[in-house]
Amino acid sequence: MWVVVRFGRGSNDFAMSIDWRQYAANGAFDELIAGGGKARPGAGRLCRFLARLSDAELKERKAAAELAIQMMGITFTVYSDKRTKGQTGIDRAWPFDIIPRVIRKSEWDRIAAGLAQRVRALNLFIDDVYHDQKIVKDGVFPRDLLAGSRNFRPQCVGFSPPLKVWAHICGSDLIRDKDGTVYVLEDNLRVPSGVSYMLENREVTKRVFPELMASVRVLPVHDYPAQLSDTLAAIAPRKRGRPEIVVLTPGIYNSAYFEHAYLARQMGAELVEGSDLVVGDDDHVYMRTIAGLTPVDVIYRRIDDLFLDPEAFRPDSAIGVPGLLRAWRKGNVGLANAPGAGVADDKVVYAYVPQMIRYYLDEDAILPNVPTYKCVEKKAREHVLANLDKLVVKPANESGGYGMLVGPQSTKREREKMAARVRARPREYIAQPMVTLSTAPTLVGVRPEPRHMDLRPFILLGGDVTVTTGGLTRVALKAGSTVVNSSQGGGSKDTWIVDTSRGG
Amino acid sequence: MLSRVAENVYWLARYVERAENTARLINVTAHVMMDLPVKVRFGWDTLLTITGSGGDYRGRGRGEAAVIRFLTADGDNRGSLLSSLRRARESARTVRDILPQEAWEQVNTVYLEAGRNLARKPNPRARYDHLNAVVVGCQELAGIVEGTMSRDWAFEFLRAGRHLERADMTTRIIDVRAASRLPDTVGDLTPFENVLWMGVLRTMSAYQMYRRHTHGMVRRPDVLTFLFTDPVFPRSFLHCVTRVEESLRNLPGAEGPLRTARAVGKLVTEVAPADLKREELHQFIDDLQLGLAALNDRITDAYFPAAQ
Repeated sequence: MWVVVRFGRGSNDFAMSIDWRQYAANGAFDELIAGGGKARPGAGRLCRFLARLSDAELKERKAAAELAIQMMGITFTVYSDKRTKGQTGIDRAWPFDIIPRVIRKSEWDRIAAGLAQRVRALNLFIDDVYHDQKIVKDGVFPRDLLAGSRNFRPQCVGFSPPLKVWAHICGSDLIRDKDGTVYVLEDNLRVPSGVSYMLENREVTKRVFPELMASVRVLPVHDYPAQLSDTLAAIAPRKRGRPEIVVLTPGIYNSAYFEHAYLARQMGAELVEGSDLVVGDDDHVYMRTIAGLTPVDVIYRRIDDLFLDPEAFRPDSAIGVPGLLRAWRKGNVGLANAPGAGVADDKVVYAYVPQMIRYYLDEDAILPNVPTYKCVEKKAREHVLANLDKLVVKPANESGGYGMLVGPQSTKREREKMAARVRARPREYIAQPMVTLSTAPTLVGVRPEPRHMDLRPFILLGGDVTVTTGGLTRVALKAGSTVVNSSQGGGSKDTWIVDTSRGG
Repeated sequence: MLSRVAENVYWLARYVERAENTARLINVTAHVMMDLPVKVRFGWDTLLTITGSGGDYRGRGRGEAAVIRFLTADGDNRGSLLSSLRRARESARTVRDILPQEAWEQVNTVYLEAGRNLARKPNPRARYDHLNAVVVGCQELAGIVEGTMSRDWAFEFLRAGRHLERADMTTRIIDVRAASRLPDTVGDLTPFENVLWMGVLRTMSAYQMYRRHTHGMVRRPDVLTFLFTDPVFPRSFLHCVTRVEESLRNLPGAEGPLRTARAVGKLVTEVAPADLKREELHQFIDDLQLGLAALNDRITDAYFPAAQ
């Protein structure tokens, strides 16, 4: 059922507020407006509400959001920012658009089931890779791809973590193409971030649109920290009362430090740095407290594998804990995500996820992958090199949008450089057709304009699988841009999963 | 509780208290100056000595505007009000997981507001309001902590830090008086002497409590006795040191710091501060500050051993 949006209350108001008929979605799928000013199901009340606000009121709401963000201290950090004299300058206020993105619950339930299915298959894959490698022996996954994986950790071979779970926390990026199909773009299995912004965005929306939140049936998101805490508690080696869970951060200058502190606070866990932890002669992990050393059961680590333990990985790591891997392999401490889980967080491995789902679960993938050319395959590589101006080329092991080439927006020189890199190290690159990311109305001044976006839901796997209600919607704030990373000029929106089963 | 976290909480409290008292100190000095005849006025640079930031100041001029800018907004002055707030915020940022959310928001807000206000070109009338806003903001933070934070170890470190810093700042504010060139008087005060001691009391929001407590006029010996040894006024030196002691007793392994805290408390109870002449008072204040520094060192040794 399409909901027709009505405008303003009279001709005077009309000139002073949003007119959805003036909103043009430029050929992409728009998440809120179906065309001709019609709101999509679930978004009707929101669109009508926005159209009733005068420009002045809209400005007020925007200012209220900015104030809330500043007061709540929601910030992110940019690597390249320099410390300037007399001020820290590393924090930036979180760029947030007040118009939420809406997804119907009926659609979301299917997506959530697809994500849960993926994460189960990915974990079975990781466990297989570090044991018998049946998937390789059965010819479903090529052996040489594994050999070339930068995130394969020989130190993990033969080890079975508790519950056989390796990636307890996964953040998968979803995008929606022109025809409305939702694709999985990538799975982040190492240290995915963004969930705190999902939670904070909702808090900001509650402060900015209290009356709207009261009237629309938006499903809550606040359960995540409790679910995360349960997921972590499930891998505690000793079952003795309340396990001591800590969040291990690289420190205050890490781009996701805000999130590390946020999650620790929400879970009531200690936020520790590498120097706060010590592995004793008994191969147990302890933290340095004002009352001496006390035992640690589970570490939610937000440090990359290679920096985790200078004894096992990079010896020059100053942020890790010497002996941590030893303690983990002896079963004395739980680590989430497990070291080595990143082997499945690789854009070449990604291309095989639908096959993995069939192989391990004997099911069809609920969510499709974006078609992916593996440059390591000769035919695919030739196709990629011949069509660089049409494709998106990505390094297999980078995150955050670094090192990628967006063909249609690239210069000849950029394409030549990329071609050279692909030829030199084909295993390191994949290419995908340009997907026209869906848009949603985003305020530019007081007028809504379409801006491209993706969605990062978070999936927890412990005893059970839980998927966040929605996720973090990241939006490219520049017109036409599809780069949504906050480190590169992206912003975010609150994501509403709306129950439309009885009106909405 | 993590040693690193304890250290940050302790310093968060110290920096906030330092910022608040710096604001108080500047406001009262400005106030007192206006009431004093020119011949007995002291230079604004006296505040540099009192706050212990003379060394960093060199070459910035001796005028009111230059000194106040240095004490409030100068990023190069590690002890400036804004530097203190910034360091408080940095400390708070690293311990956000244990502070009540509202406390963090308050630290952040006070810092941002002060930054906006104090960076502007100084204007004496607005300055009073801006500095007062810092005082009120810090008091609000104290209220949030008081009303929402569990009485756990983090709370004790916060309380210990706040009172240790407050004791130190109390001695410094009293020192403003010692810096003036008025001769000491015994018995009835000259009108100007009276102005000065009222100013000192008002800096610490102590005037009203002083009157209620002593039922008398503002007299030098009584004011000194009150500010150094009153057991119940929350900004008196003895009260502050007693609160530090109390917090330490609630912490594990506090024997070392407790011994020092008791020794520092004795400094004011065994000497009669009221009888001290001007120079002696100044010396006495130095001794108290050294005592507090020693107490800080004992706390650091006991709880914040540097991680390897």
